Amino acid sequence: MKQSVSLNTAGKIARFNFFRFLFQGSVSKLKQMDPKVALKKVAISITSILLFLGLWYMGAKALYNKEADFKINKALEERGQAAADAEAACIASGNPDCQPNTLPSPAQVWTSFNSLLKDHGIISADKAAFKVKTAALNAKREADGLDPIVYTGRPSFVDQIFRSLTTVFAGFLLALFIAVPLGIFIGLSPNLKSAFNWFIQVFKPVSPVVWYLLVFMIVKTVLIGSNDDSSFTISFISVGLCSMWATLVNTAMGVSSVDKDYINVAKVLKLGTVQKIFKVILPSSLPLIFTGLKITLSVGWMVLIAIELLAQSPGLGTFVWEEFQNGANDSNAKIIVAMFVIGIIGFLLDRIMLAIQNSVSFVKTDAI
Amino acid sequence: MSTLTANKTADFEHNGIFPSNEVMLDLKNLKKVYPTPKGDYVVLEDLNLQIRKEEFVTIIGHSGCGKTTMLSMIAGLNEISGGNISVLGKHIKGPGPDRGVIFQAPSLMPWMTSLQNVLLGVNQVFPHATKAQRNDIAKYYLQKVGLEDAFHKKAADLSQGMQQRVGIARAFAIKPKVLLLDEPFGMLDSLTRGELQDILIEIWNKEKITAVMITHDVDEAIFLADRVVMMTSGPRAKIGDVLSIDFERPRTRKSVLEHDDYYKYRKHLIDFLEH
Repeated sequence: MKQSVSLNTAGKIARFNFFRFLFQGSVSKLKQMDPKVALKKVAISITSILLFLGLWYMGAKALYNKEADFKINKALEERGQAAADAEAACIASGNPDCQPNTLPSPAQVWTSFNSLLKDHGIISADKAAFKVKTAALNAKREADGLDPIVYTGRPSFVDQIFRSLTTVFAGFLLALFIAVPLGIFIGLSPNLKSAFNWFIQVFKPVSPVVWYLLVFMIVKTVLIGSNDDSSFTISFISVGLCSMWATLVNTAMGVSSVDKDYINVAKVLKLGTVQKIFKVILPSSLPLIFTGLKITLSVGWMVLIAIELLAQSPGLGTFVWEEFQNGANDSNAKIIVAMFVIGIIGFLLDRIMLAIQNSVSFVKTDAI
Repeated sequence: MSTLTANKTADFEHNGIFPSNEVMLDLKNLKKVYPTPKGDYVVLEDLNLQIRKEEFVTIIGHSGCGKTTMLSMIAGLNEISGGNISVLGKHIKGPGPDRGVIFQAPSLMPWMTSLQNVLLGVNQVFPHATKAQRNDIAKYYLQKVGLEDAFHKKAADLSQGMQQRVGIARAFAIKPKVLLLDEPFGMLDSLTRGELQDILIEIWNKEKITAVMITHDVDEAIFLADRVVMMTSGPRAKIGDVLSIDFERPRTRKSVLEHDDYYKYRKHLIDFLEH
């Protein structure tokens, strides 16, 4: 019992440190500042958030009123005064059946966010119960050489987030392993550069949707006869291919534009090719490689939603699309929740990359 | 009168009259041509210069006359268009650690510590030494340039003057046959420059590595050199004049400044530069 408590505390400390690690820069900068200036900065940020919420609230209210008026007028024209009065009363009572379907207000979004979390709690409990229930059976099935029974219920919102993160991470790794080595080769050799230039220029601007279709054509054939769900494979490969260009171009540029002085030093010392690459060229191009990787990750996260939506691969993209098709009275609010979650995760991913970059690279980059 | 005699012997000297076993570095009919759309641009032509073993030679001349081109040709970083360069009688082919270079910018790898920067060369030149021995060599030279407290500081965190000290340590630590210095103190303030000149000459007095140094500073040229080589203005630059500096070594700045010949040497160099 004691051990689990201490483990829990350790986890908390690790999490705390993780966030400190992420926001180190901004916090220490605030601390260095004159308290008055720091206070002003914080106050401005909070004011702008409040202003944003206020504008959103008023906008939502205006749209709500417009939609409500339209509904009442429609009832009046089609079914007469009594129906219009009933409609108005129904809207005023807050009955979900007749709520105007428009931009949700901040409060509605917050409610939806909480209900999504609650939903996640319910599904998690359900999953845990399922696991307990099937534990004995699965052990027996495993002993008999059969596949275990898995939970096939609806994924919760939080599950979808993690699915999306897995997809984007797999795509990012794919981009990393293709673009960085290729970029190094292209940057080192002017011949390869000419050979690949048309390729990069032509394929870089291609839209994520087209990449998805291309990957779909290929993967579908490659995986013929396999029972596995190919939607995950297709979506992460598409994400990787869409987003790798920034890393490819930046790596090639970083490698080919290493300070001439460093190259001269390497020449005078007669460093071998491998040493030259690992001791001089790579460290010197790290800042640009990381700039590329940062762009790759954020582009990957951005196109992921569209690709998941097309591939029907579970994740935030599918969540958004299903909510839109679903048209329940809180669907719009859920979409906005997803929008904020996508934005905040994108921001965190960028910060993580920046923190990694600053811990390995010799040039310290500030967050924008 | 004494400048006149110095001048005459110099004329003989740069035409290559040293006994061949005394010569470390030999530039023969050196030529450098840069092709341009309007025809060839000849930077250096018929440039002849011999530098003896354990000699410190400084090179002065107007900006753009081709001093740096010549030095980078000796380093092997720049193609030779005509003539040849030999070290101890052997023609050079490309760059190599037998010719150490101290660049104008310190050119340290900013992501490495000062020790790692020096070790980069030491590891390359003494591959058979043990790790401890190589560390000792690197640390010895860093101590010599007064950086015993900064072994593990990142190069990016050092001041310009400190970085150039590491540059000096790196160049001496690989024990080159010839040391090439391309205005190594040009970017420093005069106080730091004086300090670094003292450090350079102190190590050099011990190691006696043949040195060729480009400088714009007439006083620096006299203080450090056995001979000052004056280059004519380009294009088609060549050796214009050579002045032997006959002060005894080891020198101190004070003794040099108070020496009777100092102003004669100085006037000679300035007269050359003003023509």
